[in-house]
Amino acid sequence: MYTQALNVAEADDRGLEDAARAAQFQARIDAEERIEPNDWMPGAYRKTLTRQISQHAHSEIVGMLPEGNWITRAPTLRRKAALLAKVQDECGHGLYLYAAAETLGTSREELVDAMLAGKAKYSSIFNYPTLTWADIGTIGWLVDGAAIMNQIPLCRCSYGPYARAMIRVCKEESFHQRQGYEIMLTLCRGSDEQKAMAQDALNRWWWPVLMMFGPPDATSQHSDTSAKWKIKRFSNDELRQKFVDATVPQAQYLGLTIPDPDMIQDADGHWRHSEIDWTEFKQVLAGNGPCNRDRLAARRKAHEEGAWVRQAAAAYAAKRAQRQTAQAAE
Amino acid sequence: MPVANIQVSETPLVLYALRRADDALILGHRLSEWCGHAPMLEEDMALSNIALDLIGQARELYSYAAKAEGKENDEDKLAYLRDVRQYRNLLLVEQPNGDFAQTLVRQFFYSAFADLYWRAMMTSRDTTLAAIAAKSEKESAYHLRHASEWIIRLGDGTDESHARAQAAIDQLWAFTGEMFDVDEGERALIHAGIAIDPGTLRGPWLQTVSDIVGQATLVLPQNDWMQQGGRLGRHSEHLGHLLSELQSMQRTFPGLTW
Repeated sequence: MYTQALNVAEADDRGLEDAARAAQFQARIDAEERIEPNDWMPGAYRKTLTRQISQHAHSEIVGMLPEGNWITRAPTLRRKAALLAKVQDECGHGLYLYAAAETLGTSREELVDAMLAGKAKYSSIFNYPTLTWADIGTIGWLVDGAAIMNQIPLCRCSYGPYARAMIRVCKEESFHQRQGYEIMLTLCRGSDEQKAMAQDALNRWWWPVLMMFGPPDATSQHSDTSAKWKIKRFSNDELRQKFVDATVPQAQYLGLTIPDPDMIQDADGHWRHSEIDWTEFKQVLAGNGPCNRDRLAARRKAHEEGAWVRQAAAAYAAKRAQRQTAQAAE
Repeated sequence: MPVANIQVSETPLVLYALRRADDALILGHRLSEWCGHAPMLEEDMALSNIALDLIGQARELYSYAAKAEGKENDEDKLAYLRDVRQYRNLLLVEQPNGDFAQTLVRQFFYSAFADLYWRAMMTSRDTTLAAIAAKSEKESAYHLRHASEWIIRLGDGTDESHARAQAAIDQLWAFTGEMFDVDEGERALIHAGIAIDPGTLRGPWLQTVSDIVGQATLVLPQNDWMQQGGRLGRHSEHLGHLLSELQSMQRTFPGLTW
């Protein structure tokens, strides 16, 4: 078991939520106080955060796969080391986030099992394939760029362990984003073939990246309560717009074309993208993206093939503990 | 054509640095294959970390080999534009990952050697090699500790893990002898105080290995026949496949900047 020894049972509020405690809780949130693991919290708050933090953790772990796909083929030793270090960082984020989720009372094993069973979600962006080296640059530039846009406000999230995790994660993500952009810059300053590779990657990733911010505000399920609890501070559409406004000049600097011929800059300076194809988003979410099956299969394979190793570690730890007890008794 | 294999003038010093660089790169590459697929996240982290250390060592050693050669070559040309017959690594490090036990036994055999080797090399009269040794020794001490702990856990864990660990030892044992071999060129470097005699490390290596294997309730094979050839470019069939993947970008798009 990976669960941390916190007095979760005591904090468990099922059936005990009373109006006074709920009001006190909301007052603390409104006063920008951080909620800590042993504090009283409404069951729905706990559930929402457990879902969000564990989904975030799953995304980091599944996200290792598309980028890991290029570790053995990185074009130079410097790129190989940087990519390996980056994917290792993502793994670290996953571990860190599982630990944050565990403070809410669900073990990492249970959370991982739910993901492997296909019951828990991870970011749909990782259900797209990395076909060329330019995809590695594009993921760093756009996918990590979008993640930062989402995560910077989470550094002020009302739940202490998540907020603190995000501060560290964001620092590393912003390094990854610059690294990805630097890969793109190198490609765009390279041969025609390299520049075409960069454009092709942008063409394939642009729309899925915009979908990373989630459904339009008008149809989003969770935003209202999340905003009240100060888990989410900006709406999906607000964050998406911020991202587009930041990214368009970066693409222009690279000499790349955003694959949206109808995009216009309005009088306020905002870049307005065309309608997003939400049918595709829903299909990928429903498990029909190009790599959904491969990603889950890869995670299940690692989990199943590693079972004997985890069993061995547990068996050895038990034997050692037994020996130590026996020794102490002598 | 920029895509062709490079030629390397293998003076004793260039060859010496290349052999160690190839060991580090090939083993680092093998470990990096685990990233995202390890039995637990902690091992995704640890194996990637060790791979990063080894790739870092490889880069320093390739750069030094290129400098010692004094021609047009650099770390990437040495890594990406030599064919299987030009690679000089130990046969041990190119063996496939297999299961987790095979990966860890391979790492254990190598790290138990590398730890002693780099510590001894800190006294090299070649200041670059001595500096690389000082950094690598710190890293390999951790690699050895990590691998040793796993050998004990697997050997003294469950029946299945014990059987897998023993099978890995039996499978890889014949590749350990090559670590202690010396040829004439290296002999000259040893006399000059640039290299150390790996033969002197065999006793301490066997002691470390026997101690850990004993604690793990495993046994070392009686068969002492040892495979050789990696140092001269006579490899197992596995290396060609590894290189075709490692080198695919540089071979497909020759001469570009990435």
